[in-house]
Amino acid sequence: MVRLLIRDGVWGEKRQLHGVQEWGKCPKTGQVRTKRGHSCLPKIYRLIKKIACGSLHGKGHCHWGCTLSNSPLTPGVVPGRLPAAVYRDNFADKEPALDRHEAHVAADRCYFCHDAPCITACPTSIDIPLFIRQIATGTPEAAARTIFQQNILGGMCARVCPTEQLCEEACVREAAEGKPVEIGRLQRFATDSLMAQGVHPFTRSAPTGKRVAVVGAGPAGLSAAHRLALHGHEVTLYDARPKAGGLNEYGIAAYKTPDDFAQAEVTWLLSIGGIRVETGRALGRDLSLDDLRSSFDAVFLGIGLSGVNALRAQGEGRSNVRDAVEFIAELRQAFDKSSLPIGRDVVVIGGGMTAVDAAVQSKLLGAETVTIVYRRTQDQMSASGYEQHHATSKGVRIITGAAPVQVLGNGAVEAVEFAYTAEEPDGLHLTPETFMLKADQVFKAIGQTLQGAPEALKLVGRKIAVTGAGRTSVPGVWAGGDCAAGGNDLTVTAVAEGRDAAEDIHATLMGTA
Amino acid sequence: MADLRSDFIGIKSPNPFWLASAPPTDKEYNVRRAFEAGWGGVVWKTLGAEGPPIVNVNGPRYGAVWGADRRLLGLNNIELITDRPLEVNLREIKQVKRDWPDRAMIISLMVPCDEESWKDILARIEDTGADGVELNFGCPHGMVERGMGSAVGQVPEYIEMVTRWVKQYSRMPCIVKLTPNVTSILPPAMAAHRGGADAVSLINTVKSITNVDLDHFSPFPMIDGKGSHGGYCGPAVKPIALNMVAEIARNPETRNLPISGIGGVTTWRDAAEFLALGAGNVQVCTAAMTYGFKIVQEMISGLSQYLDEKDMALSGLIGRAVPNFVEWQDLNLNYVTKARINPDACIGCGRCYAACEDTSHQAIAMKPGRVFEVIDAECVACNLCVNVCPVEDCITMEELPQGALDPRTGRRVAGYGNWTEHPNNPAAVKAAE
Ligand SMILES: Cc1cc2nc3c(=O)[nH]c(=O)nc-3n(C[C@H](O)[C@H](O)[C@H](O)COP(=O)(O)OP(=O)(O)OC[C@H]3O[C@@H](n4cnc5c(N)ncnc54)[C@H](O)[C@@H]3O)c2cc1C
Ligand SMILES: Cc1cc2nc3c(=O)[nH]c(=O)nc-3n(C[C@H](O)[C@H](O)[C@H](O)COP(=O)(O)O)c2cc1C
Ligand code: SF4
Ligand code: SF4
Ligand code: SF4
Repeated sequence: MVRLLIRDGVWGEKRQLHGVQEWGKCPKTGQVRTKRGHSCLPKIYRLIKKIACGSLHGKGHCHWGCTLSNSPLTPGVVPGRLPAAVYRDNFADKEPALDRHEAHVAADRCYFCHDAPCITACPTSIDIPLFIRQIATGTPEAAARTIFQQNILGGMCARVCPTEQLCEEACVREAAEGKPVEIGRLQRFATDSLMAQGVHPFTRSAPTGKRVAVVGAGPAGLSAAHRLALHGHEVTLYDARPKAGGLNEYGIAAYKTPDDFAQAEVTWLLSIGGIRVETGRALGRDLSLDDLRSSFDAVFLGIGLSGVNALRAQGEGRSNVRDAVEFIAELRQAFDKSSLPIGRDVVVIGGGMTAVDAAVQSKLLGAETVTIVYRRTQDQMSASGYEQHHATSKGVRIITGAAPVQVLGNGAVEAVEFAYTAEEPDGLHLTPETFMLKADQVFKAIGQTLQGAPEALKLVGRKIAVTGAGRTSVPGVWAGGDCAAGGNDLTVTAVAEGRDAAEDIHATLMGTA
Repeated sequence: MADLRSDFIGIKSPNPFWLASAPPTDKEYNVRRAFEAGWGGVVWKTLGAEGPPIVNVNGPRYGAVWGADRRLLGLNNIELITDRPLEVNLREIKQVKRDWPDRAMIISLMVPCDEESWKDILARIEDTGADGVELNFGCPHGMVERGMGSAVGQVPEYIEMVTRWVKQYSRMPCIVKLTPNVTSILPPAMAAHRGGADAVSLINTVKSITNVDLDHFSPFPMIDGKGSHGGYCGPAVKPIALNMVAEIARNPETRNLPISGIGGVTTWRDAAEFLALGAGNVQVCTAAMTYGFKIVQEMISGLSQYLDEKDMALSGLIGRAVPNFVEWQDLNLNYVTKARINPDACIGCGRCYAACEDTSHQAIAMKPGRVFEVIDAECVACNLCVNVCPVEDCITMEELPQGALDPRTGRRVAGYGNWTEHPNNPAAVKAAE
């Protein structure tokens, strides 16, 4: 007899070979019914299939015929904890696209505000009421053009922007009824409509004969390169990684951008022409700023933050303790998610979007328990309330006010010891009170740092100092996105900064600045 | 529960909600189910003369105008009168009336414009047990080209003539159904009155083209690449209907002519408005076609609750708003109001500002922090901001008391004064000089 506790119900009276999923105790009615006879079956069926099937069957075949080499209960860091169908489900589109009718209904809720606050809240200042009205009148392609004029990565932004902190927070309907116009999903509807037609909405101006180097093919670099090409300049876009896209390709959670959208978007963006892409080329290793400055008329740096902060806890070097961004990059590149090893008990340290993404995706890969531990209070977490809710709804536990002091284990990590923290006038302190969390895998998500910025550039804080539209301390060199001081480390902000720097470069090169 | 029993020109029904002559009343099956659902009466789908029935198109008959979420706001049709044999209709009418004696059963008629045809049809319906007839002088499509429907309804002399025949050859109460496709509804109503009609019913549908197919360049509904004008009905036509009903209700010559109000009645509230403007009962078509017969239950409960709350009898509601429906020249020009924005309710959308600034009187100021304020010295009280504001009751119109200074005109608010005595009116009736 096994009793398995699954979130909101108790299942499994008999643990016979194939029995578990056949017996379910409905959390609503309390009835124990068989698979076929259950009234609220579909939901429970899915739940059992997801969790019970994986966890109770151990090795071999489960009743649905899934081959499971491992389950969420298998100790250690192992792949294949879930049936194939569950992986597919878990990494499918988090927020499915609106269909035409849904889009029209959603669009009709927009009041077409005067000097709309949502526009002000959008870092790229998309004319939101206009594009929504264009959707409402049956011209999503025109809506897409309105979006792309301001934000050429409007497709990605529609998927990844924390709209609850940006446009949708500012929407007057949020004030009116706590339910904003679904700007993000509408933006996706519009951009998808146009991109699905394989149409690129812009054509380049006449060639200017000017050449610009863009280093870093993340959102900032892509946005700058596109705007420069649009104005008729010749652009060479360098990136150290094998693929363009930056964190769109290597960072953003997989379920926000499934179906290889990041690469499709890059291809679509480049179809404007005039942009030569050279991947596997790193500034500092294969290229120098001096060379770029002498062979190009201007240089834009959008190199993001490729370094990571250290934990500074004892035993940090034990195996299975790794950087969350590295894990996420690996996950994004894995075609078959079942091949990814994941711990049974995962601990994520940090409080931002990276921590949430690492934690949620650990859970989706089949970890039995996942805990985020953040050193300050919950409302100081940089992950939005919405993101936090998403994490907890996936079964992630969030502990706040605690910091790691020691990673324990024998070779590989086995547990992490945390101390509670206290916020005092002179900063955060560890208190003597501690606790332990069992862990066979630990992800560090405590912030990314600038790495490999050319020495000639002045820094402020730990980022490249810029004035105006991204002008660095070195003439002819601009910077934008995460690597530049002043932003908020969001995709959309990187796009805005890349675009604005490109306009400034254009004006400078054409002598109209 | 208020007493909703209705007596309309001697025809009794348990409530004032009838189904208008249209598809919902096309046959026995429908009408039985309508009565089961609670409808007080029906006007049976219009019957034509003896002989082979008319035919309908075999393509789409309806065009539509939708609001958000495809809420049906207006419907347009090119359907003709009944396409079922006369004998079948008459047999069914008789059976249903026998089984539902407490419900009103009216037969709608449309036959060629000659005395014989009318005499003949009236004789045929005599023994159905129906409570009355309604003369369809309203249908704006199809039958018009054959000299019937609104072709009659647009010529007052014909209305009078046919009404006389009907009163001459039948003892049944006679309701004349009017078309709104006229410049003024009064001449047709007066003609019906002169001809001896017991009541008028209005409106029938409004000539319309709902939309054009921009790929095939044909009006809708499109039949094999072509379209014809249809008749418009549903919520969109209610304002037109209300005005026409009220015109008849307040005119000295027709004010005692009972009216059955039709056109866009969708909820109990619409019905109450028709009744207040002088209708003795209402007829419904599109709302039933959109939502089914069950809506009558909401109409019954709603009207009943309203009457209870007002402690008013149904008869007390009928015509209650008519005395307040006056000519423009009788409106009080010394009644001054100013828009007031409630900052607590305001969500800062700025629509009032855009409307007033771009298209009206530049009487709303947009202050830092998206604070919107009315500038009394500019506000002409047009009310546009109230209508465009998405928040109900966020902007209200506040009356300036007599004696208060209107900063726009610099004058103090005076007592009642209308255009007929206004100094700017060249035809003003001068006070004794
Ligand atoms: C895990 C994770 C999840 C995130 N989720 C979201 C989200 O949901 N929504 C959101 O808005 N933001 C999110 N962000 C933030 C967002 O991804 C970044 O703000 C954005 O990608 C910054 O764009 P960028 O172009 O400045 O830098 P990046 O996207 O980091 O791109 C920089 C590019 O430069 C290249 N590069 C670096 N150094 C060199 C060099 N020396 N030579 C050549 N090339 C170099 C890199 O390979 C990379 O391609 C997330 C970040 C992370 C880490
Ligand atoms: C499809 C259709 C057919 C109609 N046929 C008739 C008819 O045969 N005789 C008639 O007097 N009115 C006919 N009408 C008009 C309705 O009786 C009614 O006057 C009109 O629809 C306005 O009311 P409503 O807004 O409630 O629909 C028809 C309306 C529709 C929609
Ligand atoms: S704030 Fe909301 S309602 Fe107003 S324009 Fe923007 S999306 Fe529309
Ligand atoms: S009532 Fe008319 S004039 Fe006055 S503020 Fe409103 S829109 Fe402007
Ligand atoms: S229209 Fe209404 S809600 Fe919008 S700003 Fe004006 S008063 Fe406020």
